[in-house]
Amino acid sequence: MPAHLPTVVICLLLLSACDSHESNLESGARDQILHLGNGDEPQDLDPQTVTGLPENAIIMALFEGLVSKHPADLGIQPRVAERWTVSADQRSYTFHIRPDARWSNGEPLTAADFVWSWQRALMPALGNPYAYMFYSIRNAGDFHHGRVTDFGQVGIHAPDAHTLVVELKEPVPYFLQLLDHHSFYPVHPGTIARFGGIAERGTLWTRPGNLVGNGAFVLDQWQLNRILTVKRNRFYWDAKNVRLNGIHFYPIAVASTEERMYRAGQLHVTFRVPTEKIAVYRTRDPVSLRITPYLGTYFYRLNVSVPPLNDARVRRALTLALDRKQIVEHITLGGQIPAASLTPPGTAGYTPDVSVSYDPDQARALLTAAGFPGGRGFPQLELMFNSDELHRKIATAVQQMWSRELGIQVALTSQDWKVQISRESNLQYQISRASWIGDYVDPTTFLDVFRSDGGNNRTGWINTAYDALLEQAAHTPDPAARLDLLRQAETLLMQEAPIVPLYTFTQVRLVSPQLCGWQPNLLDQHPFKHLWIDATGKGCP
Amino acid sequence: MSGFLLRRLLQAIPVLLVVITLAFFLVRLAPGGPFDAERAVPPEVLKSLNARYHLDDPWQRQYLDYLGTVLQGDLGPSYKYPGRSVNEILAAGFPVTLELGCYALLVALVVGIGAGIAAAMHPRRWIDHGAMTVAMAGICLPTFVMGPLLVLVFSVWLEWLPVSGWGYLPGDKILPSLTLGFAYAAYIARLTRAGMLEVLQQDFIRTARAKGVPEFTIVMQHALRGGMLPVISFLGPALAGLLSGSFVVETLFQIPGLGRYYIQAAFNRDYTLILGTTIFLAVLIVLFNLLADLLAYWLDPRLRRTPAR
Repeated sequence: MPAHLPTVVICLLLLSACDSHESNLESGARDQILHLGNGDEPQDLDPQTVTGLPENAIIMALFEGLVSKHPADLGIQPRVAERWTVSADQRSYTFHIRPDARWSNGEPLTAADFVWSWQRALMPALGNPYAYMFYSIRNAGDFHHGRVTDFGQVGIHAPDAHTLVVELKEPVPYFLQLLDHHSFYPVHPGTIARFGGIAERGTLWTRPGNLVGNGAFVLDQWQLNRILTVKRNRFYWDAKNVRLNGIHFYPIAVASTEERMYRAGQLHVTFRVPTEKIAVYRTRDPVSLRITPYLGTYFYRLNVSVPPLNDARVRRALTLALDRKQIVEHITLGGQIPAASLTPPGTAGYTPDVSVSYDPDQARALLTAAGFPGGRGFPQLELMFNSDELHRKIATAVQQMWSRELGIQVALTSQDWKVQISRESNLQYQISRASWIGDYVDPTTFLDVFRSDGGNNRTGWINTAYDALLEQAAHTPDPAARLDLLRQAETLLMQEAPIVPLYTFTQVRLVSPQLCGWQPNLLDQHPFKHLWIDATGKGCP
Repeated sequence: MSGFLLRRLLQAIPVLLVVITLAFFLVRLAPGGPFDAERAVPPEVLKSLNARYHLDDPWQRQYLDYLGTVLQGDLGPSYKYPGRSVNEILAAGFPVTLELGCYALLVALVVGIGAGIAAAMHPRRWIDHGAMTVAMAGICLPTFVMGPLLVLVFSVWLEWLPVSGWGYLPGDKILPSLTLGFAYAAYIARLTRAGMLEVLQQDFIRTARAKGVPEFTIVMQHALRGGMLPVISFLGPALAGLLSGSFVVETLFQIPGLGRYYIQAAFNRDYTLILGTTIFLAVLIVLFNLLADLLAYWLDPRLRRTPAR
């Protein structure tokens, strides 16, 4: 009968799938394959053109730099360079490339490959967004801007196949850390030349079958928006200590889908956790929930070129009136840390001045001094954020706090991401949501953002004293004196308040107890060569 | 007939030209560009990127260049995914979307027509009320509610089917097909019921019944053919909708189809990918509407007698 046909068809469909299939966790434990939620689809896999966290995770499996950071303490460890020496004036680094370093096609990896790769990274036509990270190297900035055309004048040389000499303009205390960034990874000259010019973006050299790397894994499959897989690189110099046989990276755009995949045993690690699920995991599956401090700050930009935000007292009042503890405890829920500074405290031994964070009385006094007693006469401001439920909730809380403590009114505007960035860049806003993630563990990765000429400043705040303090710190070899100068700069930044810091990020992930070697760290970096899978979860140290 | 076909195909050309022109200038009028990011791209990098993709040319020049390449069947490179052409992205995504759309349409037709016939054969009885209530719920319940509900029951509680994926684990195509199919099944059920009821009241059915033709034959041979007409005219837009509007289902179930690119490209200001998907879908919609018209033309003798519109 036709009336029963639909029921029958659905039942047949369901029954056909009811054979019990092995979950990814089960097959992963047997075959040592890691299944990893990786956020978005990677744009590309060229270490010298990409930005973004999904790309970074995959590139870390396929390539390796001179050094890397240990996942436990972020201490510098030898990688392609087996050792190095630093000159007495801290301006010259000599790296000794290990003789057994190989490309994934078996060819030896030499110091000349690094020179070629770094030259490529600095070529203006390539458009490497991280080229500025090389600027501490002698003449690198001038080469990138086309003021120097002979790469021989740049402080990067290979006297022989296993020696790489790098000369810096000034001592840079975090220089070794930079070498672990993907834009410093070597790329294979022959492969790039085979698919296009040295400075050509987006050629086919990064496709499976073409890509030659030097990491612990090689690219196996790349199915757009579906999966990207890597497998062991048998030519990797330390292959005997790599325990995983492969990694499957899944681009999963929606956090709730990812969480369901984790629950169904399809993933070992998620890229994120939906906010509303954090409390559920805290009670039902606390072992899976991993919350670790992360080197990033959530803040609001204030446009200092428009009244009344052109008055530092008003800006200070806005920042002092916020009870950030309420925001992290009742809205963000992921163990975030209330922030009274831009740089997260404890970044490379640096402690910013956080003496003033929440002081509504002082906030009211400042607003009165600025001519708005009790908020009277204060124009309505617009607080803009990119469309996202969490941003809306936070903005609503901020709106209420400012209304309660200062008597001022703020309108909330949700914006398309690109529209927000465009309005910010053109200073066509009043208050705008923002965040900044550090590239390396040093306060300058945060403080440099608000230099007067910084492309990411976008507040209209220009302060020569601030620039001078940062400049002075850059020329100060003594570490303690340098950090003190940076602290003075940050104190000035907080007093002038072109930004309102809200909280320091945490990284919230679900990690299967079967995955061993996953160590929490500020950069959320988890080198895959340190990971393995133990089905019982008891084999992890 | 061939005149009708030719006329409709010729009408499609200005339609597509208008679509391309509007889309081309609208995406450029939207604030923000393809290379804007929270972390600002240094000016010299931006300059080299704009030069690489000829975004520093005047708009009219860009427009004419674009029309030229589109006429050659090349939709250009994607800005968001350097190294991938829009053609390649569409070629990778469309088969998946098409497959999902076909399964969903199958579910929609089997469930929808079945429920519609059952309801029409027993009007105002419990089976009619039951089927139509379910259909109403299906229309009202959006896919982003239906999808997670099905996943919760069949994947998380019963552990019968995978949570997500497409062609990766056995059975992972079932839940997305059902989710997408149910939304359309509901419409089809209501359309079938209405169409069937109208036909069942006509004189030729009464004559057939009086002549003692079995009820099953009456329904399947006489009533169904006429009753299907509203369903068929709905199929063109429905199929186009299934192929372009499965963004929610594709996102929920982690399916690498076209819908996700279409939406994400707009957010990313990936001009060529937005234009490419728009042109592609416009062609599909024109094509499916034409097919639906042809099918109706073939099924309904009345349309054949009057000159085709």
